[in-house]
Amino acid sequence: MEKHPLLIIKDLRIEGRSGDQWHPIVKGVDLTLNRGEVLGLIGESGAGKSTLGLAAMGFARDGCRISGGSIDFDGIDLRATAETERRALRGKRIAYVAQSAAASFNPAHKLIDQYCEAPVVHGVMPRDKAEVDAVDIYRRMRLPNPDDIGFRYPHQVSGGQLQRAMTAMAMSCRPDLIIFDEPTTALDVTTQIEVLAAIRAVVRQFGTAAIYITHDLAVVAQMADRIKVLLRGAEIEESDTRNMLATPREDYTRSLWAVRSFARAEQPQATGTPVLSVRNVTAGYGAVDVLTDVSFDIHARRTVAVVGESGSGKSTAARVITGLLPPRKGEVIMSGKALPPSFKARSRDDLRQCQMIYQMADTALNPKLRLRELIGRPAEMYLGLTGRALDTRVRDLLSLIELEPATYIDRLPSELSGGQKQRIGIARALAAEPKLIICDEVTSALDQIVQEGILKLLDRLQSELSLAYMFITHDLATVKSIADEVVVMQHGAVVERGSKSTLFAAPQEDYTRLLLSSVPEMDPEWLDNLLAARGEHA
Amino acid sequence: MTLLLSLGIALALFFALGLIARTLMHAIAPAHQKPMFRDMPLTASFGIAIIAAYVIVATLAPFIAPFGEGEVVGDQYLPWAAPHFLGTDKLGRDMLTRLIYGARNTVGIAFATTALAFLVGSILGIWAALIGGKLDQWMSRFVDALMAIPALIFSLLLLTIFGTSVLTLILVIAAVDATRVYRLARSVAQGIVVMDYIEAARLRGEGTWRLIRREILPNAMAPLVAEFGLRFCFVFLAISALSFLGLGIKPPTADWGSMVRENATLITFGDITPLLPAGAIALLTVAVNFVVDWQLHRASGLKE
Repeated sequence: MEKHPLLIIKDLRIEGRSGDQWHPIVKGVDLTLNRGEVLGLIGESGAGKSTLGLAAMGFARDGCRISGGSIDFDGIDLRATAETERRALRGKRIAYVAQSAAASFNPAHKLIDQYCEAPVVHGVMPRDKAEVDAVDIYRRMRLPNPDDIGFRYPHQVSGGQLQRAMTAMAMSCRPDLIIFDEPTTALDVTTQIEVLAAIRAVVRQFGTAAIYITHDLAVVAQMADRIKVLLRGAEIEESDTRNMLATPREDYTRSLWAVRSFARAEQPQATGTPVLSVRNVTAGYGAVDVLTDVSFDIHARRTVAVVGESGSGKSTAARVITGLLPPRKGEVIMSGKALPPSFKARSRDDLRQCQMIYQMADTALNPKLRLRELIGRPAEMYLGLTGRALDTRVRDLLSLIELEPATYIDRLPSELSGGQKQRIGIARALAAEPKLIICDEVTSALDQIVQEGILKLLDRLQSELSLAYMFITHDLATVKSIADEVVVMQHGAVVERGSKSTLFAAPQEDYTRLLLSSVPEMDPEWLDNLLAARGEHA
Repeated sequence: MTLLLSLGIALALFFALGLIARTLMHAIAPAHQKPMFRDMPLTASFGIAIIAAYVIVATLAPFIAPFGEGEVVGDQYLPWAAPHFLGTDKLGRDMLTRLIYGARNTVGIAFATTALAFLVGSILGIWAALIGGKLDQWMSRFVDALMAIPALIFSLLLLTIFGTSVLTLILVIAAVDATRVYRLARSVAQGIVVMDYIEAARLRGEGTWRLIRREILPNAMAPLVAEFGLRFCFVFLAISALSFLGLGIKPPTADWGSMVRENATLITFGDITPLLPAGAIALLTVAVNFVVDWQLHRASGLKE
């Protein structure tokens, strides 16, 4: 590049405080960004991506400090300038789009009021011009009813629309640089596409430079011109998106790629009595039916993935099976025997057969109990183990989930990492020696390398213990790697079901096709091709 | 001048006691709790030292006290001089002895009352939150109705109906205070029962008692402990107030509240002796609150 780069970060060091000590979070990272260029930052959680992104605005979170290096934004040294000058830049020349748009909007003000705030405060344009401008940007972001949507409150629009409104707000002063911090991570695949397409369109139209932070490689492949891989606060490698995807240099980068390639062999079609059979279930809360006439079977040693966008009734189906929500019509049959609708009426053995693993391990494990009791309790209750036998069983279970028993048995959940907590959730389910385990979005709160570990563990346990899994997820990549059978749900009804190979190869329903085509692929042309195929303009 | 001097001495005593208590506790604490005591503020260690002193005095009263509890040892209203270091009261009983026995009665009854109020209030509160529905509504509205009656007047009424004995005193004040504990426990537990781990425990088929005891109570401990400290002080004051009004602990049992009332006439002569029991109450209240503040601070995660 002949021109002066927009952002030059040299040997940046950031430290975080824990207790009385400072420990490094970002360890000497260099970063150069030209005007109009999009840089993707990827890495696992804790790699320092967000910290680095915020540092590009000259900002450090509470409990963090920038301890070394330089940040040069268009000739301005962000570390040397006064805080007032940095604040004048933020929102005007550098904007930030956070992961959760719902948490970033003030729920008490209309969208357009929040849009107009930055331009008016920074003196870019007066209020009336800003309102006209807002409608123009909303239209470019392909928000429905761009003329009126600004007059709604944040809770009156959907998550995907809110994320686009957030991006529109970031564009309000036509900044030179926008930092996107995982803007689509909380969205399901079909919504993600819309947001990605809209973000890319406006960034290209206005020639805005962007730093795009994500842990999803396929997403970054669509958005970025260059990719930088971070690991524990240090740069692993950086290169062109195409080069990076085709020929990653470092082992770590290759391992990130490899996650997507885990796939187990599909189990043979099962016969005989299914472990679980859901028959024509209609259920709902109050007067509203959330599920209508849902039926599917799960056989031993097989994994049935239930997929669909948020609100499609996946988790409600799990609540009906576990007995938390008695169905209005239909029944749940376990191993040939119809279960009482409410869990309160079920026998202890019925309860034992079907265990559940939750999405958020943080809230699924009692924070005040030690692992010994957390895991041991189901074994004590259902199998009547006590004393030494119970201790041995807990230690066996810990070894089964690949945690060293002697180190972990007396720990509290707060002394574990996110992936380890999810493993404890698995061990607690296994302790009951169930036939069926319901996995409700078990991997969606984890980053990819940890996800892979959990999926492999579940797979191994299934073959060792001949378990049946019901796998609720909106992540089709997970479905591809672990499922035997897929049940596609939309608006509380089963749209299509079949074995994974046939369903992925030849989907029969429009909705299934839409869902499948929405899963991002590594190919950088994927989004363009998809949008072209769907008849939209990039 | 004397005022400044005594203030200075009090402050010096406070720091000395706080420092000694902290060093002592740090020395005897098991290894994994050492950091807690190292970082504890001086106010908290001072509070713990004072509470410990009260407990020791209360349990060892018969051995420490120079005379018998209701024993008449001399003329009434004797001045401060050996062998009656704090003088005598209006019946000629030794003031120091009465103060020491008073610690046993007042603190003991206050503790028993608070413990009972917490046992009943927190279990019922958590139970109501766990069960929900109609039962919860009935119980909570009943408690609301009880709470609408001013506490002191309500306890006076109940004591008049059931008569005054130590047992009824404990039961009545515990009943009144249990309503406050119930409300707190219920609102804390309502936040806990919606967590996934409670759902998991219910699906496991756990009984109500186990859910309350092992799954909910440990997670509700921090606010309940804080409330315990405050409630203890309120109960303390309530007993003293009732004794002062003549409906509390019966004479000749020594009790700080009634001791203030019995000797109140001395105040008109500029003698501070009747204020000593009041001072004992004040000191314990302050000490308990120091410890509670520290615990609250720790539980809320504000380490700075």
